[in-house]
Amino acid sequence: MKLFSITAVVAGLLASAAFAEPVAPSVVKYEDGVVMASLTGVAGDPVNGRDVFKNRKQGNCLACHVNAEMPEESFHGEVGPEMAGVADRWSVGELRGIVSNSKMMFEGTIMPAFYRDTGFDRPLEKFSGKTILTAQQVEDVVAYLRTLAE
Amino acid sequence: MMMTKTLLGAACLSVFALTVHAEEGAKLIIDGEELTIRANAPAHAENIDEVSSGWIYRSKETQALQLDDFDNPAFVFVDQAIDEWDKVDGSEGKACSSCHENVEDFAGLRPTLPRVDDGKLVSMENLVNECRTERMGAEPWKWSKGKMTSMTALIGVQSRGMPVNVAIDGDAAPFWDKGKELYYTRVGQLDMACSNCHEDNYDTMIRADHLSQGQINGFPTYRLKNAKLNSSHARFKGCMSNIRAEPYKEGGPEFQALELYLASRGQGLSVETPSVRN
Repeated sequence: MKLFSITAVVAGLLASAAFAEPVAPSVVKYEDGVVMASLTGVAGDPVNGRDVFKNRKQGNCLACHVNAEMPEESFHGEVGPEMAGVADRWSVGELRGIVSNSKMMFEGTIMPAFYRDTGFDRPLEKFSGKTILTAQQVEDVVAYLRTLAE
Repeated sequence: MMMTKTLLGAACLSVFALTVHAEEGAKLIIDGEELTIRANAPAHAENIDEVSSGWIYRSKETQALQLDDFDNPAFVFVDQAIDEWDKVDGSEGKACSSCHENVEDFAGLRPTLPRVDDGKLVSMENLVNECRTERMGAEPWKWSKGKMTSMTALIGVQSRGMPVNVAIDGDAAPFWDKGKELYYTRVGQLDMACSNCHEDNYDTMIRADHLSQGQINGFPTYRLKNAKLNSSHARFKGCMSNIRAEPYKEGGPEFQALELYLASRGQGLSVETPSVRN
């Protein structure tokens, strides 16, 4: 009886906490590579997203994508598509899916999955079981990409 | 953020124009001898038409350093190995020169390595250490430390200009297969295989770096980044760390197999040892 009530309380706490907790990488729902629901429920911050985009220790998206919106950065990679007009081409849900795990949409792509924490071969110990970006950083990058309309 | 986009886009392009790319059609000529920096891809590199030296993808300034041995910083280390060649070491009272009178006699060795000896895949580092431990009674050198890379550079440069020509059939076949498998296996948190960058995307910029085919015909190579000679295995390790993967061991079976496979993808390119890269 006592045990039951404690379990009920814990379950109740978990349920309410779930609202504030980001969606875990393993349960992100992809539909044809698209992720409709926000990973955090908190609106993305495009200003921080811009930093994440260029920061070599975070997204380092600039390593592979030319981004005409940040000409102050000297080196833009050419491996992936250019970012100009990306907001005209992709919806929020599509961008969230592509940033989180683009392999769900583009099989065989070189692009890393930025919100995935399992299924890697020989990950360095300090990155093992971790995502490249946090859920909020993904939301921030998506919010930033949505500003890149032509 | 968006209103000045056209202007910003134009500024962005001008930044790229400042990047000093190598000239199209530049030739690698050292001491009057032209090295082969492009060749038809061998049949076993089935996804590419042409193999190309990493020299092609470096800036003009970096390229220039390899054109003259007096400018090439690697020769400081080659000179150290020339001194080492005559130095007695170990319990048997021998130097390299006790058995090998002229290092020039090693012309022709570099292009054939790694190779299978008695069922084992051996790299030049193994041959050097076998001499040290079996015949000189000396301590083996560490795979990527200065004494070893200097010595492999000295022995390798004797073959400069000769075409890479490793055996991949017979005894070598299972090692080659393993190397090929590693080449195409995605690893690390960034989940990339060698092929993702060096086969699918060579000759494109990845941030400030101009991606090459990852050829190993110039190793050990002097890197401006760390101002020393680097073994191919040390470079493999660096690549793996970059993609956040746990590297294999230098001198271990995985990197040896990969070394054989990569060497075979450079079949026909000249040995460039010791090359200069970023």
